[in-house]
Amino acid sequence: MGREAVTTVRPSARARRERTAGLAFISPWIVGFLVFTAWPIFYSGYLSLTDYDVLTDPSFVGLENYERMAADPQVRLALWNTLQYTVLQVPLYVVVALALALLLHQAGRASGFFRTAFFVPKMTPPVAVGVLLLLLFNGEYGLVNEALGAIGINGPSWTTDPDWVKPGLALVSLWSVGAAVVILLAALQDVPVELYDAARVDGAGWWRRTRTVTLPMISGALFFVTVVNTIAAFQMFTEAYSAYFGAGNSTYANDAALFYVIYLFREGFAELHMGYASALAWLLFVVIMLVTAVQLLVSRRLVYYEGEQR
Amino acid sequence: MTAVDAVPADAAPAGGTGGAGEPRPPADRRQAYRRRRWVRVLVVTALTVLALVFVYPLIWLVSASFKPRAEIFDNRLVPQHPTLENYLTVWDSAPLALWLGNTLVVTALAATTVTVSSALVAWGFAHYRFRGRGPLFGVVLATMMLPGAVTLIPTYLIWHRLGFVGTNVPLWAGNLFASAFYVFLLRQFFLSLPREPFEAARLDGASEWTLFWRIAVPLCRPALVITFLFEAQASWTDLMRPLVYLQDTATFTVPRGLKAVIDQFGPGGESQWEVVVTASVITTVPMILLFFAGQRYFVQGIATTGSKG
Repeated sequence: MGREAVTTVRPSARARRERTAGLAFISPWIVGFLVFTAWPIFYSGYLSLTDYDVLTDPSFVGLENYERMAADPQVRLALWNTLQYTVLQVPLYVVVALALALLLHQAGRASGFFRTAFFVPKMTPPVAVGVLLLLLFNGEYGLVNEALGAIGINGPSWTTDPDWVKPGLALVSLWSVGAAVVILLAALQDVPVELYDAARVDGAGWWRRTRTVTLPMISGALFFVTVVNTIAAFQMFTEAYSAYFGAGNSTYANDAALFYVIYLFREGFAELHMGYASALAWLLFVVIMLVTAVQLLVSRRLVYYEGEQR
Repeated sequence: MTAVDAVPADAAPAGGTGGAGEPRPPADRRQAYRRRRWVRVLVVTALTVLALVFVYPLIWLVSASFKPRAEIFDNRLVPQHPTLENYLTVWDSAPLALWLGNTLVVTALAATTVTVSSALVAWGFAHYRFRGRGPLFGVVLATMMLPGAVTLIPTYLIWHRLGFVGTNVPLWAGNLFASAFYVFLLRQFFLSLPREPFEAARLDGASEWTLFWRIAVPLCRPALVITFLFEAQASWTDLMRPLVYLQDTATFTVPRGLKAVIDQFGPGGESQWEVVVTASVITTVPMILLFFAGQRYFVQGIATTGSKG
């Protein structure tokens, strides 16, 4: 650097200039954080203790909303649906993403072409994914059951049978697995080749190399994909809402697809129970934080981080 | 970064290690080579089948949009009686041109504002050293994990109080204040710049703004393009916020409009699936075009996201 030798500015003045400039550059974020993150978190905490319909001022009701939540069968249903979906979708999604990434990694020069094919569906707006779910997974005429029929399997009524609604949604979510595949593929390409050579010299076969070299080396990326996807699964909204819930005054709805955020959304914006919906939001916040914390704790034991790379 | 990098991983044992190790018996090597070629054929076959499975729903959708109502569910690849009728019908039964225009405006505003504001903030975090920078950036990372549903209602109340509910302002104006994910992404790129050009320019009397705008921004153009494209996709495809903030049909974005079309013509309504299918195609195609216009950036951006996970 050698800047001390040339500069005429005193270090403290320079430090002050750095601080002023730095704070000036990050000031949009500071304002945004205070207004659109910090304040909403506290305010929704306050609202959750009130009865509020937007039209009249909030009236303080203490813990009433939380008591109501504990007794609300719809909350229990929504939580249960969301939990079932998450437990089903996350492992499926991560395993499929990993399998596709491993295959792509073996494909050599052709991998760019296939990567595109896996990524393109990710661009589809989730509303349109909801439409495709209704059409392709239609129990009677759908392409999925036609394909299953061709190999002698009698496909279920994916979109109407309550037992099959969540598996249908989980399968359709795989369609947007492309981003996770790209992340995992990038991690695979970062694994030092020498490690594989060493393992080969020691006589390790493909499966053993994958288990003892590949998986530990990409465990950071796997963990990232798992956490991000878990948070997303807990907030499942658009695909299920598009396919199974009517806006406005149409009333078709499917209890099996009543996910937590859908219930929150309807309580808040259809029923204008803003206080109650805020309490629902807080419960979701706590649940997601707990799950993420558990995942972090588990990752301490399972994830291998190569010392700071930068 | 590209596919080429993947090749040495497989090719290495054949030639790469030859320099140091002892030469292998030729028969052994030929056998290994044949086995690897077998594996390659198997892998490419599997990938071809899977790629078809992934792309087919899109092809199915486009094909269905050219079929008359009775043949939507015939699952044929090529329409038996191809027709443009559906596109005329959908154009008459829903103000799609208006919705496309609305979405284009919202998307352009959302992507532009978030790119500029996030670049400023990322540069502040990447280039300047000041007390509290570390903890503040920790807060940025923490907000990335914050579930959007938690702030949904208070944020709605802010826009309600300001009188913007029913307009497109709540769909993009929040982007004026940077977004944690893009700050993180752009900071990665800014950090990779060497400091020397900036110190030199500073000695020549350049202002801090000039350093950012004339040196840092041009050097990180790809990262800015990535940010713009990501946000364009997120903004174009969003349903939740248009559901919350838009009430008048004339202000709808296409996904919000498509939801209205599903409600009217879909399972709960008149069961005119050809209208729903065609509206879905019209909603989706701009995103496919966007992807092919910026494919390189999408892939690079996503790969960077996970690299520091």
